[in-house]
Amino acid sequence: MTGVVVSSPHVPRVNRVDRVMLQVILALIPGTLVMTWYFGWGLLINMALAVTFAVAAEAAVMHLRGRPALSTVTDLSAVVTALLLAIAIPPTLPWWLTLVGVLFAIVVVKQLYGGLGYNPFNPAMAAYVFLLISWPVAMTTWLPPHMLTDHPLSLVESLQAIFLSTPPGGTWDAISAATPLGEMRNQLGENRMISEIRQSPLWGDFGGRGWEWVGNWFLVGGLYLVWKRIITWHIPVAFIAGMLFVAGTLWALDAQTHPFPAFHLFSGGAILGAFFIATDPVTACTTKKGQLIFGAAIGALVVVIRTWGGYPDAVAFAVLLMNIAAPTIDYYTQPRVYGHAGGSK
Amino acid sequence: MAGQTYLDIVRDGLWNNNQPLVALLGMCPLLATTTSATNGLGMGIATTAVLTGSNLVVSLIRHLVRPEIRLPVFVLIIASFVTAVDLSMQAWFFELYKVLGIFIPLIVVNCIIIGRAEAFAVKNPPLRAVVDGLAMGAGMTLVLMVLGGLREFVGQGTLFAQADLMLGAVGKALMVNLGSDFHGAILAILPPGAFIFLGLLIALKNLIDKRVKQRQAAPAKATPTDAEPQAAG
Repeated sequence: MTGVVVSSPHVPRVNRVDRVMLQVILALIPGTLVMTWYFGWGLLINMALAVTFAVAAEAAVMHLRGRPALSTVTDLSAVVTALLLAIAIPPTLPWWLTLVGVLFAIVVVKQLYGGLGYNPFNPAMAAYVFLLISWPVAMTTWLPPHMLTDHPLSLVESLQAIFLSTPPGGTWDAISAATPLGEMRNQLGENRMISEIRQSPLWGDFGGRGWEWVGNWFLVGGLYLVWKRIITWHIPVAFIAGMLFVAGTLWALDAQTHPFPAFHLFSGGAILGAFFIATDPVTACTTKKGQLIFGAAIGALVVVIRTWGGYPDAVAFAVLLMNIAAPTIDYYTQPRVYGHAGGSK
Repeated sequence: MAGQTYLDIVRDGLWNNNQPLVALLGMCPLLATTTSATNGLGMGIATTAVLTGSNLVVSLIRHLVRPEIRLPVFVLIIASFVTAVDLSMQAWFFELYKVLGIFIPLIVVNCIIIGRAEAFAVKNPPLRAVVDGLAMGAGMTLVLMVLGGLREFVGQGTLFAQADLMLGAVGKALMVNLGSDFHGAILAILPPGAFIFLGLLIALKNLIDKRVKQRQAAPAKATPTDAEPQAAG
């Protein structure tokens, strides 16, 4: 037995970017599989496309900047950005829109600001908003989960939809359906009551059928990240608390015009946003107190924008808004250094 | 300043000291009205007219006005010209006037105009001031038109749409339309698009400047300095 003297601290180095990113990718697996089960092959095809484009774009920009491309590409941060964007976009989005979105995320939002660590905005969410505002029709053409449609897309049909923009069976209108958030919004807009709206077979226990399970399984991945200490509990818990507080208040005021809080939590991108997007170490707050404020504000903003804003879902908008505020929050929540007088300054 | 030839003044206005791209002045009309090439061109011409007129008058009265009160006097002069341009556009280009709306009266607070009055016209004889006004105005018009054209093309797949409002038959000939099948990025026409494309234009200008400098430096030095690998911007 050869004794090698190793000085303390005896901790493995887990804070390397590629290891953190690898854990994030692992944590995305359960949600991704469930989402593929409900919404078809499109998600996996989009993921493959987005990752390919993202790695190519990252390498190309690093080459243009005269920096080593390999070490940057292998830190996997571009891969995570691409995967998150692929999860956020509709599974049948035409391939060139995915390309445009990924290019915007990697080249404009990330690299033009100086690359990983310097970007003030979450690249995946900025690209999502860019796509949503620019191509609203394509970006809101969602398929219903497989048990609510009599024509789930096969692999070949998904490929045709993505690469040739040909919808199987004639028109997009025949196979697409409103998302639960969109449906809720439309029905409320027609002055229907929630108890009446929820008669439809579209709804599950919390959110829309199918959709809520995607949320649940991303929650599993998120808890894995907390367990592995890739992220701390502060942002997700504050996010959920902020969301439940605002949604709960509205619901308590009028339960027939405001859906109950768990609906908000398990619809759209809320869970994904709380665990995977708002926790992006580059664009979130760094102080613990700041993270609580940051997360709670995003959660509250999501409900506010969903209720009174112009779009059905709001996670991306809320995250981007708070990204702008993150440096200011950090500035005012500096912890007091032990031994120094006075509080944060 | 005194050593500047007319060519220098023109070169400054169009490129070296281009007001929107180098001084970053006149951002309000630049970002707000450049949703199409036609709007950019119209706004640019209106601004150029005001700028040239105000430069001329400021230069003419430069010995009569005491320095203490020069700024209010400049503002009065500029406001008079803006009112004249505003009324003329209402009279002759009413459709374009409706499109540009509030931004025509707002030329009065455009920093470029008071900036050139203060930085150039008040120190130079009338002819030079007029040349400066025309050159600076042309530089701004160029940027407005390019930015408007880029945003319009990316956003809705047209170029010089509605140019007939301003130019009549010539404008019709200028129009380019990719057709209604074109799915443009609507973001380009929205305010964020203005910022993104302006940033890209500034980066492009800096890149061209850097390349030109490198090319000039290359014969002088054997090894061109490669200290800054990133594209400036």
